[in-house]
Amino acid sequence: MRRALPILAVLMVLLAAIAVVNPFFLEPAGFLAFLKRAAPLVILAAGQYFVIVSGEFDLSVGSLVTAEVVIAARLIDGDESATGPVLALLIVVGLFVGLVNGVVTTKLRVPSFIVTLGMLLVLSGAVFLWTGGAPRGALSQGFRMFGRGGLGPLPWSVLILLAVGAVAIWLMRADFGKTLIATGDNVRAAALSGVRVDRAKIFAFMFSGLAAAVAAILLGGFAGVSAQVGQGLEFSAITAVVLGGVVLGGGRGSVLAAMAGAFTLEALFTLLNLYGISGALEFTVQGVIIIAAVAAGAIRLPRKFTPRRGDAHAAS
Amino acid sequence: MPRHKAAVAAVTALVLAGCTTDKPAATTQPAAPAASAQGSGTGAQSKFFVQADFDAQLAMRSQTPQGPTDKPWEQVIAPKMVDTAKYKKDGPYHLCFSNAAVNNPWRQVGWKTMQAEAGLHKEIEKFTALDAEGKDDKQISDIAELQAKDCDALIVSPNTTATLTPAVRAACGKVPVIVFDRGVETDCPVTFIKPIGGYAFGADAAEFLVEKVPAGGKVLALRILPGVDVLETRWSAAKVVFDKSRLQVVGVEFTDGDAAKTKSIVSDYIQRHGKIDGVWMDSGATAVAAIEAFEDAGVPVPPINGEDQQDFLQKWKDAGLTAVAPTYPTYQWRTPLIAALKILKGEEVPKMWNLPQPEVTSENLSTYLKPNMPPLHYALCGCEDLPGFPEAWGGKKS
Repeated sequence: MRRALPILAVLMVLLAAIAVVNPFFLEPAGFLAFLKRAAPLVILAAGQYFVIVSGEFDLSVGSLVTAEVVIAARLIDGDESATGPVLALLIVVGLFVGLVNGVVTTKLRVPSFIVTLGMLLVLSGAVFLWTGGAPRGALSQGFRMFGRGGLGPLPWSVLILLAVGAVAIWLMRADFGKTLIATGDNVRAAALSGVRVDRAKIFAFMFSGLAAAVAAILLGGFAGVSAQVGQGLEFSAITAVVLGGVVLGGGRGSVLAAMAGAFTLEALFTLLNLYGISGALEFTVQGVIIIAAVAAGAIRLPRKFTPRRGDAHAAS
Repeated sequence: MPRHKAAVAAVTALVLAGCTTDKPAATTQPAAPAASAQGSGTGAQSKFFVQADFDAQLAMRSQTPQGPTDKPWEQVIAPKMVDTAKYKKDGPYHLCFSNAAVNNPWRQVGWKTMQAEAGLHKEIEKFTALDAEGKDDKQISDIAELQAKDCDALIVSPNTTATLTPAVRAACGKVPVIVFDRGVETDCPVTFIKPIGGYAFGADAAEFLVEKVPAGGKVLALRILPGVDVLETRWSAAKVVFDKSRLQVVGVEFTDGDAAKTKSIVSDYIQRHGKIDGVWMDSGATAVAAIEAFEDAGVPVPPINGEDQQDFLQKWKDAGLTAVAPTYPTYQWRTPLIAALKILKGEEVPKMWNLPQPEVTSENLSTYLKPNMPPLHYALCGCEDLPGFPEAWGGKKS
């Protein structure tokens, strides 16, 4: 919780700034609409957190989201009775893609940056080949309910977000979380002390794939079929995690802070939009955040070692 | 540390500069240079706007096209015929086609229609098509490659206007060239086939809103992206119409053609302005997402325009909307093959083959709405009489 404080403070400032421009934001309906819009990115950030804290990257989530939505539309094709099986299939596909990413990274020792970049290309190429560039079919009302509808005033996506967030926080407090952080901090030390690092990393990738599947269900439900639905989401998720103070390279940061980072990013986009600043700037903002966050991390490191300055060897 | 501070200051300055300068047409643009734009919120006129083309296209809307009324893809408005005797040769023919892309539903419907049309003509012995996948450089090499394949005629649907011009000019010397959809900056093709055009599209939609939205009403304009001539013409025509009206354009936003982004933008505008009285769109692909934003906000859907896509037409009927759908008909994909055969038989063709560009209105909606066709199908495909319909277009036999 203490680790999440700085980003929560930034988030509060941004939310206040939005409320000043748009008072409707303070009403329950307005705020819930914001939560609903942020939900997919927050869920993706939670999934991405597991991978990053274990010392890896997952660049494939954006195209995985697109692939899932396109597959869902094609298979459901407006048929209400297909909703259940297709939802189950999407979850399985998400877990499977995560499993492949994880196994190739750990067992074949290919850097995850390359594995998931390859997966991004494989998935987007496969989607293009399968659809010819334009998605076909339609989602059923039952499918779209999760992204569009709600339980009374509460959108389903907000409820799903709460459930995912609770599970993620619980996982990180359980033994799994501790082994994952140990793995990210120092793979060798963790392995030597009996952590099954490969298994921990594979699970992390599978959580990321699962998060992408859930995000795809919410995004597809929100706005329907589109071949661009997942574009750039991998970078938004990584930016969100980094913004939450999670260190690239692994071993440090909390999942709560990562999710708060996603809310902050979404709040920032909302604010930019309210001031009429072009959406094209979103990528620029993300780029600045990633570079600044990593640079800030690097600047802090020497200070940590200052006590050693007294050491004659270090001073020479 | 001072260096660190300086860096922060520099970054801050950069960000601030970015904020102040990059403010494209969103929300109310203060005092655009053109006096006519005063207070209408439409911003400066597009540099793609050509008054003469605008006037010509708006005039064409009321002209009666020549040709069979049940086959609009063979009709032509105000033709100036050219002689093609020099291209006359005996069949059977080998026709070639350089396609810009099949990367959106509009092009997919068109491409299927063209393939079915090719199957109708026994004189076409061979039909070779190359897909440039939306890349100019690939299309340039495609056109060169096709010239080496003994084509009797070359059909080109250019990816972009200016970049493809030299490639088309080079091909003109070797085979009769037929260009359709987007144009090129040379008159060397034997014929250029297109519907009336983007000005007519944009004006049709804007005029509908001016008629249906009460004076002073707030209109939101949604565009896909800036800088593409066929889309710029649509918006620039709408701007002219809105500037003359008493409507207030509260925003001109770019959606990238993305449904989620469209829905978010419209939701934001509903929140910010309380009420939006009309929505103008330069393309119908995300019209349903815009409509859903109003539904999800629990407010009535204002007058809106879409396009002839089935999902929009279905929504229009189900929700009883006040709507209109100007079109950019996909039946134009049939015409190039018909033109190619005419040219090779030495028959006259129009230099500018302007096809009619009908509007879907509440009166004729039921004739265009085909519930057995997929949601992204374009109603004006002119493909109903072609072999393989409706299955080849993704429809179900009803």
